[in-house]
Amino acid sequence: MRNDYILGKATRLAYGETLVEIGKQNKNIVVLDADLSKSTMSNRFQATIPERFFNVGISEANMVSMAAGFASSGKIPFASSFATFLMSKGFDQMRQSIAYPNLNVKLCGSHSGICIGEDGPSQMGIEDIALACSLPGFTVVCPADEEAVRQLLPQIVEHNGPVYIRTSRPKAAQIYESSDTLTLGKAQILRDGTDLTIAAMGMMVVEALKAADTLEKIGVSVRVVDFHTIKPVDKATIVSCAKETAAILTVEEHLLDGGLASIIARTVAETHPVKMAFIGLDDYAESGAPDELLDRYGLRAVDIIGKAKELVGLSN
Amino acid sequence: MKNQIKELKLTAIRIREEILKMLAESKSGHPGGSLSAVEIVTALYFGGILKHDPQNPDMPERDRFILSKGHAAPVLYAALAEAGYIDKTLLSTLRKFGSPLQGHPDKRKLPLLEASTGSLGQGISLAIGMAHAALLNHESHQMFVLIGDGESNEGQIWESAMYAGHHKLDNVNVILDFNGYQLDDANRVILDLDPIADKWQANNWHVIDVNGHDMEAVHSALQLAKAFKGKPTVIIARTIKGAGISFMENNNKFHGVAPTQEELKQGLAELQEARAVLV
Repeated sequence: MRNDYILGKATRLAYGETLVEIGKQNKNIVVLDADLSKSTMSNRFQATIPERFFNVGISEANMVSMAAGFASSGKIPFASSFATFLMSKGFDQMRQSIAYPNLNVKLCGSHSGICIGEDGPSQMGIEDIALACSLPGFTVVCPADEEAVRQLLPQIVEHNGPVYIRTSRPKAAQIYESSDTLTLGKAQILRDGTDLTIAAMGMMVVEALKAADTLEKIGVSVRVVDFHTIKPVDKATIVSCAKETAAILTVEEHLLDGGLASIIARTVAETHPVKMAFIGLDDYAESGAPDELLDRYGLRAVDIIGKAKELVGLSN
Repeated sequence: MKNQIKELKLTAIRIREEILKMLAESKSGHPGGSLSAVEIVTALYFGGILKHDPQNPDMPERDRFILSKGHAAPVLYAALAEAGYIDKTLLSTLRKFGSPLQGHPDKRKLPLLEASTGSLGQGISLAIGMAHAALLNHESHQMFVLIGDGESNEGQIWESAMYAGHHKLDNVNVILDFNGYQLDDANRVILDLDPIADKWQANNWHVIDVNGHDMEAVHSALQLAKAFKGKPTVIIARTIKGAGISFMENNNKFHGVAPTQEELKQGLAELQEARAVLV
């Protein structure tokens, strides 16, 4: 585990690069994109294994159903676009042609959250996790950094079933080292503590860690957990957090309804109710530099610290 | 050949009988768009067009048939029973609790199906994925997709048409059951498809236009489609909604209303007359 938070590669780049490595070893892997391969970084695969790369054009519905056709023929398709276009425009196809027959299709939505910045809210995927998690049988994954992508992607190939992978545009702070072991479906406890659990995913994990650094200094003992697999969620870890820490704070770069907040709250409510608070989005954002937007929409370590203090009864 | 066509016509009558019986039994479902597709599905399964083996439904070299207009499930189930994939007695369980014969085709409940369908517009895209996979594997089987005219309102039909035309996927074959009606009214009232042949040609498809109830013409068109190289083929099958049953023909009430016992009796009597003319 690293604690210097140095920026590494964007998770979308790690996705493209890892796909190439996996594709070289597994001839059943095919990659589809909807004319955004330079952005989703699936063009890395095209450059290396062009015969198994299919650029479908700007037609996400066609792409998602095509992926289902590949899967029913024994291939392992990875279909990518921006998170919002893939999920919103391909949703009926995921429901009818992937989830319902339970086909082995992997989908990757890049440019998730508001940190895509200047392109503005029409391009920001902030509903994708809710949509993906609503589909029975789907596994939903949001890696926090490049190493998480490198470790989780081969496990996603091994997993026989539909998977949605969420990646981000900006460079991601490095959290994991190659000596760490990430397991699909198992939440990763990054920091242990007793007063409070901060549960985060994706780009918010580093903000949670930074918040924990500060909170520790004022005497708040914080557990930080990376929920890289949002569905099926690691219930055992949620229950132990509820039992072993006095409160749970969730943090996500996603709408609060239907995302990490809803999913963790359900398990907490069903098993061991504790005080909870939630940080996320409740509306569309706007154009701006990623840092400006994360500040404006309250997705920073400072926002986490404020909420955490409230939760444990400290005055701000 | 003449004998084969006669046999196909007799098979089509049996399939129409099964469609009426199962729908009357289930008291719900879609007679109109099932009956309009009977010659097409009969020629595919029993006219030597589809390479398939009811004893070996998973045979890798089988041709794939996708019923994109999933609400016509009864015609598919009747053909599968006639071919011996499923027991004929199963047909009376259509749409009933616990039956593998779901209201719309469901691959989970009936694994020998190539696809689960029901939300319109997706069949050609599925076939394209299968077509690319076949080419990657150097396999020669072909994909056949039955779509509806109402279904052709869906944008995805045209996304997939553009794609298959661009990529010259000649192992993809589409049959358009052009019966002129959709749920609410005639296509011409809701969303006119004409000039339909021009639309497909403009997407770089090989287009064949046939009377969809002329068994010989449908059969030849399917043979031609299968042999055609360099472009995907679409067969525009001009059909009659509710075909073969006088009071259902062009009567859009029977889009999604099952026949009563009285209507069943009358329908079966008409089919018996049609059989008598043939034999």
